[in-house]
Amino acid sequence: MALQPAITDIEQLKDRPELATLLAWNPSAVTAVKFDRNELTIWLDRIALCEACLTLKNDPKLQYNAIADITCVDWFPREPRFEVVYQLFSIPNKKYLRLKVKLQGDDPNIDSLTPIWPGADFFEREVWDLFGVRFDEHPNLVRIMMPENWQGHPLRKDYPVEGYR
Amino acid sequence: MAHMTPTPVLDPSQDKTMILNMGPQHPSTHGVLRLLLEVDGETIVRLMPDIGYLHTGIEKTCEAKFYQQVVPLTDRIDYLCPMTNNLAYCLAVEKLLGLEIPPRAQWIRVLLNELTRINSHLVWLGTHAMDIGALTVFLYCFREREDVLRLFEAVSGQRMMTSYFRIGGLALEPPLGFFERVKKFLVRFPANIDEYEDLLTQNPIWVRRTKGVAYLSPEDAIALCATGPTLRGSGVDVDLRRDLPYSGYENFKFNVPVSNDGDVYARYIIRVAELRESQKIAMQALEGMPEGAVKADAPKVVLPDREKMKTQMEALIYHFKIVTEGFTVPEGEVYMPIESPRGEMGYYVVSDGTAKPYRVHMRSPSFANLQTLRKMCEGRLIADVVAAIGSIDIVLGDCDR
Repeated sequence: MALQPAITDIEQLKDRPELATLLAWNPSAVTAVKFDRNELTIWLDRIALCEACLTLKNDPKLQYNAIADITCVDWFPREPRFEVVYQLFSIPNKKYLRLKVKLQGDDPNIDSLTPIWPGADFFEREVWDLFGVRFDEHPNLVRIMMPENWQGHPLRKDYPVEGYR
Repeated sequence: MAHMTPTPVLDPSQDKTMILNMGPQHPSTHGVLRLLLEVDGETIVRLMPDIGYLHTGIEKTCEAKFYQQVVPLTDRIDYLCPMTNNLAYCLAVEKLLGLEIPPRAQWIRVLLNELTRINSHLVWLGTHAMDIGALTVFLYCFREREDVLRLFEAVSGQRMMTSYFRIGGLALEPPLGFFERVKKFLVRFPANIDEYEDLLTQNPIWVRRTKGVAYLSPEDAIALCATGPTLRGSGVDVDLRRDLPYSGYENFKFNVPVSNDGDVYARYIIRVAELRESQKIAMQALEGMPEGAVKADAPKVVLPDREKMKTQMEALIYHFKIVTEGFTVPEGEVYMPIESPRGEMGYYVVSDGTAKPYRVHMRSPSFANLQTLRKMCEGRLIADVVAAIGSIDIVLGDCDR
């Protein structure tokens, strides 16, 4: 099971049904793509995220009807600093798909997925709490892990692991 | 842990509703779950879970450790199924490395994972029945759980925080006579399950406390990110062991119990059926156990045997290097979901090419499943909340991380 180099060329991957569907829907929404270690990752424009999720959910063949996970990666000091990571899961096809959205470091915000999947609620609250990424239109965006009077967002890379804040 | 001060939904001047605080020290909340209940008489109008009391920042800690040093941390997330967490993390890193695991190690991993599932379900069954008032079952379950914990102690030296799996295989070969002990346990275990079922399945009090209680429709279960027995109890047939096999699960034959009822009783029936299926899988693992090594042939990643280390210069150098500077993992990211006793346990590991993970995220089943509690309880009685919490089988260590 030796590692194959990652494929990042959009031309080579456009036969994949997930990517083909998104490209047919709105070619400008897809900013980058990667196929690595048998997992497909699609980077999306932040404005297109909700619509793209709906497209993937409602497509009769793909049926990505569940969201497995939402998390974030902080690439400090690189800009755009944050990458919000969505793992979609298709229950009929038993397939995973990773969507990613890049966000700038100052005042990161993105549309919430709670209107599509109410279960995104806790995941988005966790990302807000630990990374400080705001989710617009979220019904109850308050801290979930840390006390409500906590200062800062602990999983950011410029937040120290030990010692005082 | 937001310590919410909720505003009542009904008109406060009418004085109709009151806020009832349940937990975090309530014995039937399985740890430190705090629930804010807005009640109208005995009926729940609104339910708000408040979590975070056990948040220890494990994800942040992982970023400061070498890859192999993260394994003991994963035990502490879900303390009822440490092996499942070890496995999910090891599989994720092995996928990042592109490492091939010898079949014997895979089969022992499956065997121990099914024992872990038995262990976890026994704790669930005992405490769940105790919450609803059947104390005897608790004593029966903990009797068998003790046997499983002794097996864990034999194989890893620890009863609960086992850390037995390593990146690239297992820590060491199981001790002599271990498989015979497991077999002895597995042979008599089905009779034990019959004992639990005798106490509960037909018991009229149990049936009336659980049947039709805390209903969850399949649409809601999917929308609220439920996984595992909570999802299968609502009639959605997903089991990652069968659908996306990992660690050699494709070699085993087992059924996935599903029920369309969506209530507490359905989830109970499913978990008891899973106990029987786990016993079958573990039996198959014992019968077909392959011979061979329990560690991958990757000297730069896997620590050498003690004997080799003392006799061969090469092995000693590798040992020193792995312990002092870790091993580097090629750049990339993986999401590795596996079926834990509670549902989908997913590890998202990002590597930047150094010896420490850039980011480790655990998608924990308890955290996601907890969201269904609101749907299950609103409009029902306070006494049903206890049954509903038990039926989604949350572990707060897993929930808060």
